[in-house]
Amino acid sequence: MSSFAQNLSTLSTLLTEDDWWNMTTGVVCAVSCAIPGCFLLLRRLSLLGDALSHSILPGIALAFIITGSRNISFMLFGALLAAMITVFISRNIQVWGRIPEDSALGVAFTSLFALGVVLLSGAARHVDIDPGCVLYGSLEFVSFDRIDLMGFEIPRVLVSLLVILTISIVAITTFFKELTLVSFDPTLAKTLGFLPSIISTVFLLLVSSVIVASFEAVGSILVVTMLVAPAATAHLLTDRLVPLLLFAAFQAVISAILGYLGAVMLNTSVAGMISVVSCVLFLGALCLSPRYGFVSRLVRRCLLLVRIAKEDILGIIFKIEERLGKSQPVSSKTLSDLLRDEGASVLRTFARYQLLSSGLLKEESRGHFSLSPSGRAFAQSIVRGHRLWETYLEQFLNLPSDHVHAPSHLVEHYLSPPLQSMIARQVKTSQDPHGSIIPKEPIPKKDNADD
Amino acid sequence: MLSPITFSLFSDPTARIVILGCGVLGACAGALGCFAILRRRALVSDAVAHAALPGVCVSYLIFGERNLPALILGAFVFGLLAAGSIALVQRYSRIKDDAATALAIGGFFGLGIVLSRIIQNSPTGNRAGLDGFIFGKAASLVWSDVVSISILAICILGTLALFFKEFSAVCFDRGFCASLGWSVLLYELLLVVLVTACAVVALPATGAVLIVALLIIPGITARFWTDSLLRMVLLGGLIGFSSAVLGTIVSATVPPPGSDGRGGWPTGPMITLVASALFFLSLFFSPRRGVVADWIRTRRMRKLLAKQLPEVL
Repeated sequence: MSSFAQNLSTLSTLLTEDDWWNMTTGVVCAVSCAIPGCFLLLRRLSLLGDALSHSILPGIALAFIITGSRNISFMLFGALLAAMITVFISRNIQVWGRIPEDSALGVAFTSLFALGVVLLSGAARHVDIDPGCVLYGSLEFVSFDRIDLMGFEIPRVLVSLLVILTISIVAITTFFKELTLVSFDPTLAKTLGFLPSIISTVFLLLVSSVIVASFEAVGSILVVTMLVAPAATAHLLTDRLVPLLLFAAFQAVISAILGYLGAVMLNTSVAGMISVVSCVLFLGALCLSPRYGFVSRLVRRCLLLVRIAKEDILGIIFKIEERLGKSQPVSSKTLSDLLRDEGASVLRTFARYQLLSSGLLKEESRGHFSLSPSGRAFAQSIVRGHRLWETYLEQFLNLPSDHVHAPSHLVEHYLSPPLQSMIARQVKTSQDPHGSIIPKEPIPKKDNADD
Repeated sequence: MLSPITFSLFSDPTARIVILGCGVLGACAGALGCFAILRRRALVSDAVAHAALPGVCVSYLIFGERNLPALILGAFVFGLLAAGSIALVQRYSRIKDDAATALAIGGFFGLGIVLSRIIQNSPTGNRAGLDGFIFGKAASLVWSDVVSISILAICILGTLALFFKEFSAVCFDRGFCASLGWSVLLYELLLVVLVTACAVVALPATGAVLIVALLIIPGITARFWTDSLLRMVLLGGLIGFSSAVLGTIVSATVPPPGSDGRGGWPTGPMITLVASALFFLSLFFSPRRGVVADWIRTRRMRKLLAKQLPEVL
């Protein structure tokens, strides 16, 4: 751990000019993957990214074998061709053979990948290609291979990534409406005459170019994370398309920067580290997203449980008062006896403290509680909802009177006063099926008004 | 690479071991894959196979040496972890199964690369053998590998036979399965464990990507020839076995161009190519579901309609 801290302190001095170029390349690569990745996610095509990144291998191998050079444009062309062939094959065997989509994709990409490996090993004596580089990428070394552009020495990979990024941003903003329509409702797009198949093909061409351009930097497998993780993270944070794209791009930038720094500190693979950071950010969103996160949903459920426990306590005291005809402190033992089947006692204790501190419940003597005026109004509303619902179930659904309590006990927590008055207008009676009076709608009272 | 190809294949002990090992693996994966295909979980095996790399690295870091059972255990645990996280994410969040699978593939593999690079860069590190898990090298199989592969294959196939009824219920009608009082979750879990075990044991021989091929392609090929699950599983096993044996033989006997008779094609990819050739043959020429048979039927129907429609009208 001491070496870790040491690394941390010398981090700023560790970053050379090469590092800055590499990091910039990583950021541009991540963003250019993240943007089309959003549409892949929405169209449930995420695995296509995985499939394409494997199946472009034979295209690259053939470009090597035929031209005998490592010229990037031949490679790009071969890879694009292979990507298109993958899409064509998997679509058609899915339709012709009536086989599931994922299996069709699996057959297509494993076959093409195997073909690529066989071609490469056949040609391995003539060209040098490092399988490790193909699989893992070499973001660490992009700054060694530079070209001169308007007086700047810029890494070659960065240039091609910038070109692809510009093209994809221009294409997506120009055809934003069409792409949105095709992503969400291909049938409507077709009826409106938008030619979804052509839009899809152009989009897949774009995805393939992004994969091929990123290939050199991050390798064939990690490009999958770069495509899917930012979009999936953003998908947990927003329901709208434009924020989705922006959040995804932002996540991509963050994970590229943090991933690069982490890799420098731990002296490990940059592409792998970016991928790990990206997935960690996704896991963070999975837990903490305000709306869809596990933790936030858990918290919301706990709050609901507490609210129900509170309303149950108020309701039971109200009914005891009603039966006795007067206000009478109820002991905590009576409460827990009556509410024994309503969940954990810890929950009820917590709910009672909350009720006491919010002034809905008063502690008359030690361990004995009674309703405050505002608490009584609250409880009256709950009991009113319960009995209205019982009456409604009996009158309109013809449920026998011994079957109406349980459902009403659940629904009483969700009946707002406007809904209660609507039901009251329907049922036109003042008694519930068990003969109890349905209380009137409570009039809000001040707590200090006399009881 | 296999050594000189002039040997007589079946008398050479090395070749016999490789052929036998790959054949058993192919049969086992082919039979097991049918269930993954029918449950539309074919690509989960991809994630499981990729998750083996971090598993291997973690157990290397813990045990500090290349202890084969420990490495396999690590790969197995991480494979289960990957399959479990996919199931959890798609069940409890709004992320769909495709994105969850893709994330598991990339995330676990990324972690594996990070760890393996750390091991490599550490002063005592020696990554040799860890990478082999991902690329696979069938030619390196030895007799003890074949024995352990066979034992595992017998266990997997035995479990399949024992719970065949339950597994088919899980594949086709989960509601029915639950109504019989069988735990759907338990049998799904059991299938995932079987797939993970198969993938992990096959990894050193076939590599991460090609184990997916061995699991998917034979089963989907068998699907063209039968509508009965039992026959599909048996046929899947048979196709897996024969493509593995055929692929191994081809890779050992056909010399690559310009190799002056030495060396050979990589075994795993060759097996995949043989299996995929069988798949495309079935896709086109299967009598019931094949493209050609479909085309003939449609044509015949058109002719019949063209002849009878005027009479009807």
